[in-house]
Amino acid sequence: MENFTYLQASQAKEATAAVRDHKGAAFIAGGTTLLDLMKLNVENHNQLVDINMLAFKGVEQTADGLRIGALERMSDVGENPLVMQQYPVISQSLLQAASPQLRNMASIGGNLLQRTRCGYFRDTAFPCNKRQPGSGCPAQEGENRNLAILGGSKACIATYPGDLAVALVALDAVVLLENAKGKQRRVPLLDFHLVPGNTPQRETVIEPGELIVSVTVPAAAHARKSMYLKVRDRASYAFALVSAAVGLDVQGSQIRSARVALGGVGTKPWRSLTAEKILTGAPATEATFRAAAAAAVRDAQPREQNRFKLELAQNTLVRALTDVAAKA
Amino acid sequence: MTDHFTPDSAAQPDGPAPNDGRRSFIKQATGLLGLALAPPLVGQAERLTALSKKVAGVSEMKLKVNGTVRTIKAEPRTTLLDALRENLDLTGSKKGCDHGQCGACTVLVDGRRVNSCLTLAVMSQGKEITTVEGLAKGEELHPLQQAFIEHDGFQCGYCTPGQLMSGVACLKEGHAKTDGDVREWMSGNLCRCGAYPNIVAAIRQVEKSGFKS
Repeated sequence: MENFTYLQASQAKEATAAVRDHKGAAFIAGGTTLLDLMKLNVENHNQLVDINMLAFKGVEQTADGLRIGALERMSDVGENPLVMQQYPVISQSLLQAASPQLRNMASIGGNLLQRTRCGYFRDTAFPCNKRQPGSGCPAQEGENRNLAILGGSKACIATYPGDLAVALVALDAVVLLENAKGKQRRVPLLDFHLVPGNTPQRETVIEPGELIVSVTVPAAAHARKSMYLKVRDRASYAFALVSAAVGLDVQGSQIRSARVALGGVGTKPWRSLTAEKILTGAPATEATFRAAAAAAVRDAQPREQNRFKLELAQNTLVRALTDVAAKA
Repeated sequence: MTDHFTPDSAAQPDGPAPNDGRRSFIKQATGLLGLALAPPLVGQAERLTALSKKVAGVSEMKLKVNGTVRTIKAEPRTTLLDALRENLDLTGSKKGCDHGQCGACTVLVDGRRVNSCLTLAVMSQGKEITTVEGLAKGEELHPLQQAFIEHDGFQCGYCTPGQLMSGVACLKEGHAKTDGDVREWMSGNLCRCGAYPNIVAAIRQVEKSGFKS
């Protein structure tokens, strides 16, 4: 790992200015993604700004939903009683992610910004448009079993690797950002991550020096009746091959509202508004779920090694919808 | 397996040792942002928690490990794992993957289990660090250490310090109520010898004995 200067910030303004005004600087909270990538020379920073002293804490019920401070740790949010009871899909996505050690370290803000596990991105011996714009994408015809079938481009098919963002995007979460001028803005998580297009190096709408302050999630019936189903190569501690975040509000046998997002298959946390449209107002039956699942992957462009994700994603979605509909 | 485990003597074949004299030319800077005067040592800045601090190059750091505060000289990039092993000669914590994937480096920081390979020493100041060397009370083994021996919870032993620290935390968290729970909540600690059934049995025995960390 290249050496760097360490700064501990006590105020948000100090932290954001230190990153905005210093080329090569980065924020550090848990450091689990950052130090991993710095050891691989995938990321190099000459200054790290420690933001752990900032007041971006708390998990609380607000007038219209849930507020999670960006510096809360994954383990604490995952086991928070309010989150477990009112937003089970969020708790489950967190507790099925990473390992207990990493969850004790990793912050909520950092988790949303975690970077792809694409092997070509993580190995500097290979070209990668995300790491070195214009250098090429060996994944297109290479080792692409774990890569995306939705939202890819000729420049990049790297999967967004996280779980939490998939749950949050399903529940209409909003990210609160703050820049070096102290100015705050709210971005729906749906618009926060970007598909690669011709600029795979740009992964979110976050500007240099901007910090994630908190995430808010509106309360809803489909949030209370929700779940996260993650399918992996091993039973635990692995990234998703496919995951589904679903929420349903079923009255009688009719679906009043539905939320659907997929993980492990998209270049960003993949919300399917098309699937939700099919579910809403329809009877909660397997036929409905099958139709919604088919719609969710209709635009998929699988590659040679990840064609299996097409069927796996649909089956995962149907299972999740069936299970959540059966919940009291 | 050997691909993943670096011998201690070659832990950082390409990098300088944290105390390497060649690095002493690097500017030593410890200061307070926004103030004209800087205190001479990090330790002093540490107490002024309302202000920010800056560390560049080899600097003094104070780490409280197993109840004792010790001073080391290290760079900001020095991980807690390297500080423990290379600066403090506490070689119980192991460097397996060095990327947070194997759990061999697991220690407790303020009572919570973390991967010390992805933790910076400079950020661990002012915290209570517990390593496997701090588990036993003199000659008296920690109940989980004793249980590992009784259940043969290891073969080569390389992952054992991490398994023990993670197991102690797992028990304290209340995540060892069933075999399934233990398997799930110990998933961050890999054992390439495959001693998993015996590790689960050891942790479950301590849980059933009613031991509270």
